Amino acid sequence: MNENLFTSFITPTMVGIPIVPLIIMFPSILFPSPSRLIDNRLVSIQQWLVRLTSKQMLSIHSHKGQTWALMLMSLILFIGSTNLLGLLPHSFTPTTQLSMNLGMAIPLWAGTVATGFRYKTKASLAHFLPQGTPSPLIPMLVIIETISLFIQPVALAVRLTANITAGHLLIHLIGGATLTLTSISTITAFITFTVLVLLTILEFAVALIQAYVFTLLVSLYLHDNT
Amino acid sequence: MASVVPVKEKKLMDVKLGELPSWILMRDFTPKGTAGAFQRGYYRYHNKYVNVKRGGVAMVLAAYMLFNYCPCYKELKHQRLCKYH
Repeated sequence: MNENLFTSFITPTMVGIPIVPLIIMFPSILFPSPSRLIDNRLVSIQQWLVRLTSKQMLSIHSHKGQTWALMLMSLILFIGSTNLLGLLPHSFTPTTQLSMNLGMAIPLWAGTVATGFRYKTKASLAHFLPQGTPSPLIPMLVIIETISLFIQPVALAVRLTANITAGHLLIHLIGGATLTLTSISTITAFITFTVLVLLTILEFAVALIQAYVFTLLVSLYLHDNT
Repeated sequence: MASVVPVKEKKLMDVKLGELPSWILMRDFTPKGTAGAFQRGYYRYHNKYVNVKRGGVAMVLAAYMLFNYCPCYKELKHQRLCKYH
């Protein structure tokens, strides 16, 4: 059973060829670009959602931070669509792989830090020492703040990986339990099935929330540094 | 058998079976040509099924699900209903 549980997270290969790049690029064809004044239903809904999200997300930034609008919006669309597509049966979710999440988190975080150091060096360095600390505590606090700064990208990546992986694993486990219980006792199977339905609703929410949290945190780091 | 219109300019449905090898050989296999072929195929599908007033992506998602079944088949073979595993 152990080996069975984690086989949905291995990189999928078809006839020996890894098809992971195809799966990563697949969500892009679900977002057609608007070509007319009034498009079809799909494009209109996506346009409305993107406008709503971008207004909400970019309202807190200064002029310099708003140059990151394209990056943040494509980030939230990519993570959201990839997570949601992973809820289809048998599909592979690229965001369950720590390698990919680190690849997204580290460059973005490093970009925000580099922007801060380049344009507002004193203010960025001042982040390491909160206001009003008593003098004897200063060295320790600087060390703690440095550690907390360097942990930010790792936390971003691991948060996303762990949440999505845990959700998928729970669905596998409870689904397997429901199937096995149908032959033993129908009522328990029904209760387990209800749990499965609730869990799936939770997973839909988590898929979107994780995308939002990732992007929100990146934008917060950006706000600190612009 | 030579036809009135040169083979090069015909669409695939108009090409006769005997002329098929020469039609395939004259296709543009440069990267730009291959990319153009993919783009044209995508937009044919998109404008016929998605870009209409009441179209949708349900068919695309169903095909994606079936496509993802193929790599999983090896592990799922053991979960068939049989008397002895």
